[in-house]
Amino acid sequence: MSEPASERPLPAWSLPAGSAESLALPTEWPGRVTREWAWGGSTGKGVRVCILDSGIEQGHPLVGELGGAVAVEVGEGDEITVVDDVEGDLCGHGTACAGIVRSLAPDVELFSVRVLGAGFTGSGSALLGGLRWAVDQGFHVINMSLSTTKSHFAGMLHEIADRAYFRRTVLVASAHNMPVESYPWRFSSVISVGSHEEPGADTFYYNPSPPVEFFARGVDVEVAWLGGTQARSTGNSFATPHISGICALILGKHPDLTPFQLKSALYLTASNVEDRDD
Amino acid sequence: MTDDGLRAAVAAGVLASEQAHRALLQATVEVARGFFSARAASIFLYDEDTDELVFEAVAGEGSDSLVGQRIPSSTGIAGWTLVTRQSLVLEDVSQDPRWGGQEIADRIGYAPKGLMTVPLLYGEEAVGVLQVLDRPQEARFSLEEMELLGLFGNQAAIALDLLRKARRAKAVLEDADTDSALLARVAENLESLEGPRRAAGVELLRALESLFKS
Repeated sequence: MSEPASERPLPAWSLPAGSAESLALPTEWPGRVTREWAWGGSTGKGVRVCILDSGIEQGHPLVGELGGAVAVEVGEGDEITVVDDVEGDLCGHGTACAGIVRSLAPDVELFSVRVLGAGFTGSGSALLGGLRWAVDQGFHVINMSLSTTKSHFAGMLHEIADRAYFRRTVLVASAHNMPVESYPWRFSSVISVGSHEEPGADTFYYNPSPPVEFFARGVDVEVAWLGGTQARSTGNSFATPHISGICALILGKHPDLTPFQLKSALYLTASNVEDRDD
Repeated sequence: MTDDGLRAAVAAGVLASEQAHRALLQATVEVARGFFSARAASIFLYDEDTDELVFEAVAGEGSDSLVGQRIPSSTGIAGWTLVTRQSLVLEDVSQDPRWGGQEIADRIGYAPKGLMTVPLLYGEEAVGVLQVLDRPQEARFSLEEMELLGLFGNQAAIALDLLRKARRAKAVLEDADTDSALLARVAENLESLEGPRRAAGVELLRALESLFKS
């Protein structure tokens, strides 16, 4: 398995006559896409997953070692600084998300980008700055169990989400539990996730009535918690890392997939779409 | 004086008191606690001036000691809820769930084993957080309950927004040197009058109105 690809410059804006061969796809898609084809045998090895959240507790038995951990600080005039994180997890949530991804894709490399702790006043800037930084690092998957309701952040978030999409970084974001306008989960360049009530960690559904696109396990989930402990939890923010984990599995096996192809593979392997006789 | 200032001045004189808005918040936490048969429920208001969360209403454990206490706005579960605007439920927590920090746990004398938390959203703004602590755990939590929690959150957000507006209007009233404050006090005094004195007051104001128009 090779490393997932980064942004490629060609083909660019047009396709001259006779050059269609240059569009040969690196990944051959079978006539029928199954879970076995999509991620059978994959452990997520070679895939870098970023948890944009409250931090992660290093060395938690359900999380293991991290590839790195940074914190986003907001200074005067909303100036963003990214520093090494020595505080770990400020509430437990990021550790829970990291544990869920690890349980599905044990060999991924996990990174923590902590955007909590800059005060509520600076939280919108921290979210934007943290996401922009994470996209620049070229992570393959960014898990975002958070959103903002401030419309003046929407344009900038949209721009970053599109940039991620074209750089082959997949953003997986929690939908709101309540019918409110919030971002970035509503953008079509993002994979948005809500909860279902079933126990299967790899049970997920495609929603034919977006904006929420997929439903994953989000009720009564056993998660990693602070101090090496565990807890039971419910919420869309715990459904999201299930989809991030499955994305990591797919990218581990098919590193050349674009976010569009990855979302297509998710659709074709969803529990309410795939014809399960394999 | 701006139109907003004038409106606030008049509103300050006739708005329900802070006590009435607090009663509405208290009723919300009492109902939330009762509905989920929980050990406690509380509403935090986000204080923009200090960038902190303040306990505004508490039902059950801590009701006699927590109101007015402050915690940082972006740490712990309450801060996470405010910043991320996401609801969540935690149960069987053996470690401090950082719902309000060790100081708060010490003050009420126990650390909760479970909590439900929902952001209070009013328009684009996150105005606070509603938390329900230690519901009985014999029943599995359901998405339906999550939705109910959101409905309580909507009600609490409206109550919290009313309280914030009343406080802003009150601040206008107490700013004694401004024209707005003068108008606010006139409106407040008129509101408190009854019978012939009120009629006389209204007559005097009408005369003033005619004078200003001419």
